Amino acid sequence: MWAFIQRFASPKHFYRISGKMIPWLGWTCLLLFIIGLYYGLILAPTDYQQGESYRIIYIHVPAAWLSMFVYMVMAISGAIGLIWRIKLSDIIAACSAPIGASFTFLALVTGSLWGKPMWGTWWVWDARLTSELILLFLYLGVIALNGAIEDKRIAARASAILALVGVVNIPIIHYSVEWWNTLHQGATVTKLDTPSIHIDMLIPLLLMAFAFKFYYATVLLMRARCEVLAREKNSHWVDTLVNPNPPSSAEGHSTNA
Amino acid sequence: MSIFLVILKRDLTLAYRHRAELANPLLFFVIVVSLFPLAVSPESTDLQKIASGVIWVAALLAAMLSLDTLFRSDFEDGSLEQLALTPHALPIIVLAKVVAHWLITGLPLIIVAPFLGVLLFLPDEAMLTLIATLLLGTPVLSLVGAIGVALTVGLRRGGVLLSLLVLPLYIPVLIFAANAVNVSATGLDISGQLFFLGALLTLALTLSPFATAAALRISLS
Repeated sequence: MWAFIQRFASPKHFYRISGKMIPWLGWTCLLLFIIGLYYGLILAPTDYQQGESYRIIYIHVPAAWLSMFVYMVMAISGAIGLIWRIKLSDIIAACSAPIGASFTFLALVTGSLWGKPMWGTWWVWDARLTSELILLFLYLGVIALNGAIEDKRIAARASAILALVGVVNIPIIHYSVEWWNTLHQGATVTKLDTPSIHIDMLIPLLLMAFAFKFYYATVLLMRARCEVLAREKNSHWVDTLVNPNPPSSAEGHSTNA
Repeated sequence: MSIFLVILKRDLTLAYRHRAELANPLLFFVIVVSLFPLAVSPESTDLQKIASGVIWVAALLAAMLSLDTLFRSDFEDGSLEQLALTPHALPIIVLAKVVAHWLITGLPLIIVAPFLGVLLFLPDEAMLTLIATLLLGTPVLSLVGAIGVALTVGLRRGGVLLSLLVLPLYIPVLIFAANAVNVSATGLDISGQLFFLGALLTLALTLSPFATAAALRISLS
């Protein structure tokens, strides 16, 4: 079993195994999106206070959850790459950064669109929104640092350090609604208590959260496969992949007739 | 003499030999603060509201601009690599360099800040708080900024990238410090904010030398 796990960390086997996983993850993601959106946008009851415009929660909250989850994945795989020098960890960290930044941006924008009708303002500098914005800056910093250093291994280690320094922001985002007086509402689901949301609204929310997670997994594996090919382009297995039928010496001479 | 004192003395001596350069971040600080009355409003009522924030943001930017001098000259002539190769602990060497850097760039900011407070009509009750927050905050700026500089020192055009990396990490210091000064102007208790700044300083003092040392080894490899 240990050998199986270790093989997964080899870029060559990762390429093969992830290629088989992507269709499964992708179709599950699509299914979850369809079911979740149908349940959330059509079946779920109307909010007694916010009416129909609360339904943006089904995009906003999963995007925010994913923005923090992806940062943790990036930081942890960066740490693994830093400590154990596993190439695949560096690749996962590098590929996760743009996806996480997109989720953060999506969370901020959908939150802004929700805030305008509900709070009367596009933006407010309360603790949660500010710390989520800082998260976006941290993501962009990691992406910028990764792009600025030519040698990919050194770039991975540098951005791993940066990601680890910034990981302190994640609990700040999560607990910001507890520690400060914020306009943003408090935790309704991710707390050690029964969720303070109706079950008919909670189920599509969880479905959408899983849909987003499967989306992240699919897109991450797709990007990681491309990155693996790019970084391992000088190795034999990539060569056989790209040129499955190498010209034999006989064919090579025949063109010089 | 311990390696900490050796490096501290070395950096301070080197800075002393380029005394004129010490004025650069200071002048930047003063000029930036002076721009705000010209741009926003010269009225004392308006300036009073923004005084603490303006002074703190200007201090932040001045600290960030001065960070480049931390490792640049040592990196370029190869002595940084030699320091990394010594049997002494690199975090201690880094801490010595950061302390020297703070003494050269942070301390002058703290000395000049009250005068700028007067320029922006900062209330007298807030003046002491301004100095206290700067005393607690500018070392954090040097320590955390050192991590960013260590990551970018090997890059050709690392200057703007440095601001991108380091400013998000500076934001908690800015929020607590500016808030403390603002609240103290109204006379309310600010011990919470000061404790938080102290906590940030402790965190930075104990952990950032290790991160900076690791980043330096990566940049030097």
